[in-house]
Amino acid sequence: MQRIINFILHYRNAFLYGFLALFSLIITVRSHSYHQSKFFNSSKWLTGNVYQTGAKISSYFGLKEENQRLVKENEQLRRMLFNIKTSNAQTLDTASIDFEVMSAQLVKNSFASPRNYLTLDRGKKDSVTQDMGVITTKGILGIVENVSNNFATVQSVLNTKSNINAKIKNTNYFGSLVWNAEDYRIVQLVDIPRLVPLVVGDTIVTGAMSSIFPENIPIGVIKKYDLNTSKSFYNIDVELFNDMANVKNVYLIKNKNQDEVKTLESITLDE
Amino acid sequence: MNSVVAVNIVRFVLLVLAQVLIFNTLGFLGYINPMVYVVFFYWYPIKGNRALFMLIAFLLGFIIDVFSDTLALHAIASLTVAYARPVIMRFCFGINYEFQNFSFKNTTKVQRVTFLGLVVLLHHVVFFSLEILSLSHLLLILKRVFAVGMVTLILCVLFSSLFSPPSE
Repeated sequence: MQRIINFILHYRNAFLYGFLALFSLIITVRSHSYHQSKFFNSSKWLTGNVYQTGAKISSYFGLKEENQRLVKENEQLRRMLFNIKTSNAQTLDTASIDFEVMSAQLVKNSFASPRNYLTLDRGKKDSVTQDMGVITTKGILGIVENVSNNFATVQSVLNTKSNINAKIKNTNYFGSLVWNAEDYRIVQLVDIPRLVPLVVGDTIVTGAMSSIFPENIPIGVIKKYDLNTSKSFYNIDVELFNDMANVKNVYLIKNKNQDEVKTLESITLDE
Repeated sequence: MNSVVAVNIVRFVLLVLAQVLIFNTLGFLGYINPMVYVVFFYWYPIKGNRALFMLIAFLLGFIIDVFSDTLALHAIASLTVAYARPVIMRFCFGINYEFQNFSFKNTTKVQRVTFLGLVVLLHHVVFFSLEILSLSHLLLILKRVFAVGMVTLILCVLFSSLFSPPSE
């Protein structure tokens, strides 16, 4: 017994190292396949406030550009509004709309790691919930993953765990949008069947299969495509419209029918 | 003794803030975010409880992990560096680092840069291999270790000569 205790005392540093390393290794491996940790993430009070303080200071440097971007968007929205075909009051009634939109600001951006998470300055207090879609004026950004009282973390499209339904604009050929972690400007669209006619420069938009994003939100354009190893599906490189390194103002989208769709899907799966 | 503790606490907090607010947002060439907090392992006093050093290193990494949503990657890399530091020191400064009167003042610039280089290399190898965790991306791992490691090393050498530790 004495010798065992002596042995442990002699190698106590190695034991400590082994224990802590095993602990962090387990969380690391878990984070590769499962959801982000609920307890330790940047939406928490301390981390969120530190990031917000930093963002408050640095946001002054991009005010002019950000203003121009918003004015451009207003111009585009007004053009759509003035040219809208149906103008009867029924279609504009807020009780019948499917999607709600809320603005937010990014307090932490990240695009260099294979699993990027962003942090927003909106939380439970603003009725943000998990699985809300996040877009910018130019295109899609990600999906809300964890929410605290005042902040929320977003799983970016630049995350190897991200998988978003997307299609080629004006067709109904849809596939999955994934990321291979190599270039922050380019994401991959997979599972588009071989018979689909493709042209470099075609626009990719979100598909109708998702209960998170509305249909036809722009994503990017086809940069390059080739067949995968089985020669039956395309691997498409999509160049994002969004400059992921420079994002400030974003919009959260809530699908009012999401809960209904999810319950229905889970019932169908159970049967 | 108390001033050493205070200095190290201040360093700890400042390095965490510098890392998460400045260096994690650099994105130089799209993926280079230098991890300058590694310089903490250069500054931390040589004599002292090794277990405590490992716990502090783990905590430092873990806090940065929580900030950057990379759970436990920084923690395991820092922990490994803290565990291996005596070996690296013996390799760089020879056996005399264990003597009572050893300080970085008696070492040459080359020795100190080698020491920092090895610390950065070990840290980055652990970090990026676990971050990507796939042998088929070996080239990507090597590219990142080399590119980010070089920038980190340059910044660490600058930091360590700008704020040289107080003579003890």
